[in-house]
Amino acid sequence: MTELVDILSNLSFWVAVLRIATPLIFGTLGVLLCERAGVLNLGIEGILVAGAFTGWLTVYAGAPLWVGVAAAAATGAVLGSLHAFLTVGLALSQHVSGLGITLLATSLSYYGYRVSFPKVSTPPTITPFAEMGWLGLPVLAQQTPLTLLALALVPLLAYVLYRTPLGLSVRMVGENPQAAEGQGVSVAQVRTGAIVAGSALMGIAGSFLTLSAFNAFFFNMVNGRGWICVALVVFASWRPGKALLGALLFAFFDAIQLRLQQSGSAVLPYQLYLMLPYVLSILALVLVARKASYPQALMKPYRKGER
Amino acid sequence: MQLVKRNTTSPAVLVLAPISAVLFTLLISTLLVLWAGAPVGQTYGLILQGGFGSVFALSETLTRAVPLILTGLAAAVAFKARLFNIGAEGQLYVGALAAVAVGGMHGGTGFELPAALLFVLMLLAAALAGALLLLGPALMKARLGVDEVVTTLLLNFIVLLFVSLMLDGPMKDPTAMGWPQSVALLADLELGKLIAQTRLHTGLLGACALAVLIWVLMKYTVLGFDIRAVGTNPRAAAFAGVPVTRTVVLVAMLSGALAGLAGAIEVAGRTSYLTLDMSPGYGYSGIVIAMLAGLHPLGVVAASMFVAGVLVGADSMSRAVGVPTYIADVIVAASLISVLVATLMTQYRVKFK
Repeated sequence: MTELVDILSNLSFWVAVLRIATPLIFGTLGVLLCERAGVLNLGIEGILVAGAFTGWLTVYAGAPLWVGVAAAAATGAVLGSLHAFLTVGLALSQHVSGLGITLLATSLSYYGYRVSFPKVSTPPTITPFAEMGWLGLPVLAQQTPLTLLALALVPLLAYVLYRTPLGLSVRMVGENPQAAEGQGVSVAQVRTGAIVAGSALMGIAGSFLTLSAFNAFFFNMVNGRGWICVALVVFASWRPGKALLGALLFAFFDAIQLRLQQSGSAVLPYQLYLMLPYVLSILALVLVARKASYPQALMKPYRKGER
Repeated sequence: MQLVKRNTTSPAVLVLAPISAVLFTLLISTLLVLWAGAPVGQTYGLILQGGFGSVFALSETLTRAVPLILTGLAAAVAFKARLFNIGAEGQLYVGALAAVAVGGMHGGTGFELPAALLFVLMLLAAALAGALLLLGPALMKARLGVDEVVTTLLLNFIVLLFVSLMLDGPMKDPTAMGWPQSVALLADLELGKLIAQTRLHTGLLGACALAVLIWVLMKYTVLGFDIRAVGTNPRAAAFAGVPVTRTVVLVAMLSGALAGLAGAIEVAGRTSYLTLDMSPGYGYSGIVIAMLAGLHPLGVVAASMFVAGVLVGADSMSRAVGVPTYIADVIVAASLISVLVATLMTQYRVKFK
């Protein structure tokens, strides 16, 4: 118990919580935007890998860090366009298209990595984003600008979704595409836009791993974070504010798990601590399941004139 | 862009659709081979030769196809009922764990069972373990409306950590020089070889027999009818008196059992003990295979041979010309997407405005 108090009273613990939460915030907002428009995007796991890889490769090739982030966002947007083409344009199963994109993006990234660096065993490093020491706020000062961007995106997305005509169109298209079409909103355009923008956010989430949290690209570095974002969106009932809360809560438990494992005083096998994030995700899904209010048209392909 | 349903599909479309799917996949992989700076023709030649070009190559491909057939069937039956079981990887591992527990851990317990009986028990335990693992997500889906995709995916990670825990602890082979490796199966429980001097084992026959069995089940039984009804339209099925929840639970048990058996047969036929890297993602490949096969049980067998051949061929090609083996995964993913698009194009046509 005293050990837990020690952990919680340590500033570096809270720094870690916010750092672990950052890619989850980007990713969860990305999934949220897609799902609000009625499209599930299981491509996220692969988009994270691709974003992490292209962001890192761009910077490794000599570009500035922000160009790397932009490259990752562009990669996400391209993969998102593919998902939009398959699910909105062709009305294919959203589950299957998403899984296909995860598989394609992951294998393409790994292939690209191996072609670019055939013989290396330790991945080459870059100089990642610096901490914002100038900010002077206790927990934020030890974060990189990407964390600030993630935090700023939460109110921004909430504003766009609830206070602008564009946001209204997105929500309408996710709830009742027939009605939206009747109001003169193009379901296909809005959905495509939401998927592309949401996937770009997922790309940035991936780039955070290689350009901020670590300074190199590793195999399996994403390790299920994408799927956790999908779970977090349900937990958040499709609301940006709650998504932030969920990501922080999740990161909190993940950080505790890491500390207990590091402190060596852990009484249980390390695997049990590693299971915690996944178990918590499932628990979160079960707990909110009863009152979860799915966007009504989620996972339902929309074909004009067909019901 | 708008999709219009075709009333009739012309033979030309039926022929052109799969051909363009193959060409699209070849285009992507050719670009990748060129990027790696390898000779294109030779690379493809080596993949074909390494996957299908000799008795040894073919035996390796068929060996690799065995777990893929089973995980492919697991995905196919579940998807038919629109139960998106993405957890075959985890179910495969608990199946293997159960098989090793039954078939390797009773040394010195004092009661000896005949090998044949023990073998059956081992398979049953594996099937049951896989089935039970999917039961939770299926019930959560049926009762609470929790999306099974996410729960089954997350369970894969949990199961792998659990297996790691068991291999570090209670099920660790004390003679394995510190490697996290389970105790071995009794030698009596190992499957025989189909071709001497290769790794091809009789599990192939079992997997093919199960594919035929599932095909009969889906086509000719009441359960098969219910599964298809629930998959086509759950509301209409419920209205027509199909017990939807019961069908979903039964499908989950069947799907999980098949994936669990994949683990047991892999242990009994190939490795004889369980390690953490036993499956290079057979569970996930099974999903692709089921989709490539259009969810048809017999098609699963063919699709498994294709995927296994590409994987095995890419391995041997990579050793020779140094194109990364990940090209196999790209080929499989690209063929999945292009086959889906091609299938759609046989049912719809695109009208540009």
